[in-house]
Amino acid sequence: MSKKITNFIATIVLAYVLSLFLPWWSVMIAGLLSALFIPLKKAAVFFVPFFAILLFWVISTYILSSANDFTLAKKISELLMLGGNPYLLILVTGIIGGLATGISAILGKQLSSISKSK
Amino acid sequence: MKYFKLLISLVLTIGIFYALNTKLGPLPPLGKFLNPHSGIWQNEHDESINGEVNIPGLTDKVTVHYDEQMIPHVFAQNEHDLYKAQGYLTAKHRLWQLEFQTYAASGRLSEIVGDGALTYDRTERRRGMGYGAEQSVAYMKKNDPETLQLIQDYADGVNAYINQLDPKDYPVEYKLLDYKPEAWSPKKTALLLMYMTKMLAGRDGDLERTNVLKMIGKKNFDLLFPEFFDITDPVIPKETDWSFIDVPQTETPSNEVVLDEIKDLITKPHPDNGSNNWAVSGAKSTSGNPILANDPHLGLNLPSIWFVMQLSTPDHNAFGATIPGALAVISGFNQHIAWGETNATRDVIDWYKIEFNEDRSKYKYDGTWKDVKVRVEEIKIKGKETYIDSVLYTHHGPVVYDENFKSKNGRAGYAMRWIGHDGGNHQKAFIGLNKAKNYDDYANALKHWTAPAQNFVFASTEGDIALWIQGKFANKWEGQGKFIMDGSKPENDWQSFIPQKFNAHTKNPERGFVSSANQHPVDEQYPYYVFNDGYETYRNRVINDYFNSKEKFSVDDFKDLHNNNFNLKASELVPHMLDHMDASSLTEDEKVVYEEAKAWKFNNDVDEVGPSIWRQWYGKLFWTLWDEFDNDSVSLALPYTYQTIHLLKNNGDHEFMDIVETKDKVENSKDLFLISFKKAAKRLKEIKVEKGDYKWINYKATYAGHLLQALPAFSRFNIPIGGDRSIVNATSENHGPSWRMIVEMTSPPTALGIYPGGQSGNPGSKYYDNFIDDWAVGKYHSLQFLQSNEATDRIIGTQTLTPATNE
Repeated sequence: MSKKITNFIATIVLAYVLSLFLPWWSVMIAGLLSALFIPLKKAAVFFVPFFAILLFWVISTYILSSANDFTLAKKISELLMLGGNPYLLILVTGIIGGLATGISAILGKQLSSISKSK
Repeated sequence: MKYFKLLISLVLTIGIFYALNTKLGPLPPLGKFLNPHSGIWQNEHDESINGEVNIPGLTDKVTVHYDEQMIPHVFAQNEHDLYKAQGYLTAKHRLWQLEFQTYAASGRLSEIVGDGALTYDRTERRRGMGYGAEQSVAYMKKNDPETLQLIQDYADGVNAYINQLDPKDYPVEYKLLDYKPEAWSPKKTALLLMYMTKMLAGRDGDLERTNVLKMIGKKNFDLLFPEFFDITDPVIPKETDWSFIDVPQTETPSNEVVLDEIKDLITKPHPDNGSNNWAVSGAKSTSGNPILANDPHLGLNLPSIWFVMQLSTPDHNAFGATIPGALAVISGFNQHIAWGETNATRDVIDWYKIEFNEDRSKYKYDGTWKDVKVRVEEIKIKGKETYIDSVLYTHHGPVVYDENFKSKNGRAGYAMRWIGHDGGNHQKAFIGLNKAKNYDDYANALKHWTAPAQNFVFASTEGDIALWIQGKFANKWEGQGKFIMDGSKPENDWQSFIPQKFNAHTKNPERGFVSSANQHPVDEQYPYYVFNDGYETYRNRVINDYFNSKEKFSVDDFKDLHNNNFNLKASELVPHMLDHMDASSLTEDEKVVYEEAKAWKFNNDVDEVGPSIWRQWYGKLFWTLWDEFDNDSVSLALPYTYQTIHLLKNNGDHEFMDIVETKDKVENSKDLFLISFKKAAKRLKEIKVEKGDYKWINYKATYAGHLLQALPAFSRFNIPIGGDRSIVNATSENHGPSWRMIVEMTSPPTALGIYPGGQSGNPGSKYYDNFIDDWAVGKYHSLQFLQSNEATDRIIGTQTLTPATNE
């Protein structure tokens, strides 16, 4: 249980630190690294980093957007055919970040199992 | 097994990376686009307007005060710093638009949006946009390095902004289309001015008119396209004495018209690109101070074409509307004078038929063969191979139409002679106006203006009012350039230019006001040939009638006139139609519309149904009458509205009234009134079902569309404003008064201004479109003309631009 929490927190911290000097795919590196060093089992391999970054991105974007009355979020939501709903756009953003992180975490997990088996 | 899993997860990882990092179809690269650290969430804020910014190359500190409208008031110590700051600030608030407009100008849109824009790009290349811009830069290099240096300063300012820009701060459109800004250069400023020239003076109809002439013959042509209308209320008052002009008009050679037919023509700028301006003298003003107004009618876009600024040095202090990409204030005022422009819509484009030799390396001219020059245009296309278009140039100009473009006639081509290709020093005219202190300074500044020809209105605190129609005009022979000309005959070339001092102008006319609204510049007495390529005949009469209607005028009267919705055109035809149409066969539904039309007082106000009925009725009438012109296979010039209405009222049995399709019946104008009325009533009924009613506000549904194909998310729809084309408040669906300004020549001047947009180019800023609602209801913002570098209580932020040390 605590391993999951450690992975969850490590993913967010890594993602934050890496985002300071890497482009958007910093979350993929974060997912990969945390899976490599804090390997989880089964579905948790994907879902823990998925929800970590989903939460991270949802909170970050909410803070940025609510400070400006969601002015741009509403427009981008309309642009992406999400009906102009800013919350839906925030959720989609979170899912995209989570998806990328979760998948790279699976890769990290595979790398970690190979290095252990040697 | 382990390695297999590893391989699968590796492929998945690469796959998701690729999918989220690449622009797929219309979708932006979603990972890049939506992540919180560098995606669009970083654009979710208003602009920063405080603190200090280092700018390389500044010689001194520049202070920028922002007022509550987000208008920057710039205080620089010299002109170099001033235009550097203008470049920097324009980029800061409008970078994407600034750059996009020059991509559009130079035919480079395919680079950004892919091959869907290729025909557009080829058209702009073949129009010689890049060629013309290069001519301008070359001209300035040779004749006016000082102005070129200021243009370079502006470029340095733009580049200072771009260079310090973090990719996360790129305007949202760059993120959407997944590209990045490139460096600005003086050539781009020249391109922007070419773009304006094209937009305002690029609408010619020589080829369309030639097609019409071929179709209906000279007699009918002259009836539908007269050189003067029977009512002319020209820009320069009729009573002007032209006896000072001592250079005669070019003699007309004996010549035959080339009756070629060209089917598919390049796209033209919007037909309604026009404007109003006027000024009253002190004697005609309630306060005793001259008052001046300007409202340029352009496409209603977001970000707006205009960006309002105050630009000052210790030597001058100018305020008004600027255009991103061009230096100085374009329509505005300083401490001494005010000025504004309307389009002079003079014919400055002519077409020549070119006959090539076998391998198209030479063309026929004056009995010999002249060498063709080739300009190779490389059009980069996003995601595709570069397209190479070789454009042939003659001494006339670029061969726009040839066997490679919209024409199949192998040995023939059609070359364009356009004043826009002649190079010039347009920027100097505006820099001069910004510093002008009186009439003489204004008149001198204008001498540098060659294209697009404009009606420059003027008023000064000294009490003068004036209007010059300024441009570089060929001294044409009677009828020259109305139709395609034979390019092999030297007598068809432009022989000389009208000396600048003989350009039509008026200073302090007796009537106490000057005005222009794209109508005929002069009457028949002016000694040079001025071709009527469809001059306005309505707004000018409403404006001039208004100023003749009473003794004195105030700023409030000016506001009323800007917002005047009187539909003179409808008022000249609707009563006639109602009187002459046989209403006995109307159904119940049609009778309702008939009564509504009868009750209308010809004001295009938002709650009226009359304007919608008129639009439908006249639209249907026009095409029922001109069914001969409803031809998809060839581009035709359409008969002028004024002439159409004149014919309907005075010559109702003319052969044109007959509907070609009905073989067994000969219609007259009364029949057409009824037929078109019934069609209109039917369509109005449909509109009522679709929209609930056909009140003008809903029928017209004015909108301001984002520059990128009116992306709905970044546009504003259903703006509640009346008016229409040919009305002083010239707001149609997506076109109208793009900047309204009124300046009273107190010392210093007091001014009002507003435009349908906002100062910010960022759709995430509340300053993106915050002027639109006030603009729609006819409100103005009072412009804070700061007299010294001190913040007043209406200043909400101050930013200091400081010279960057040791870079």
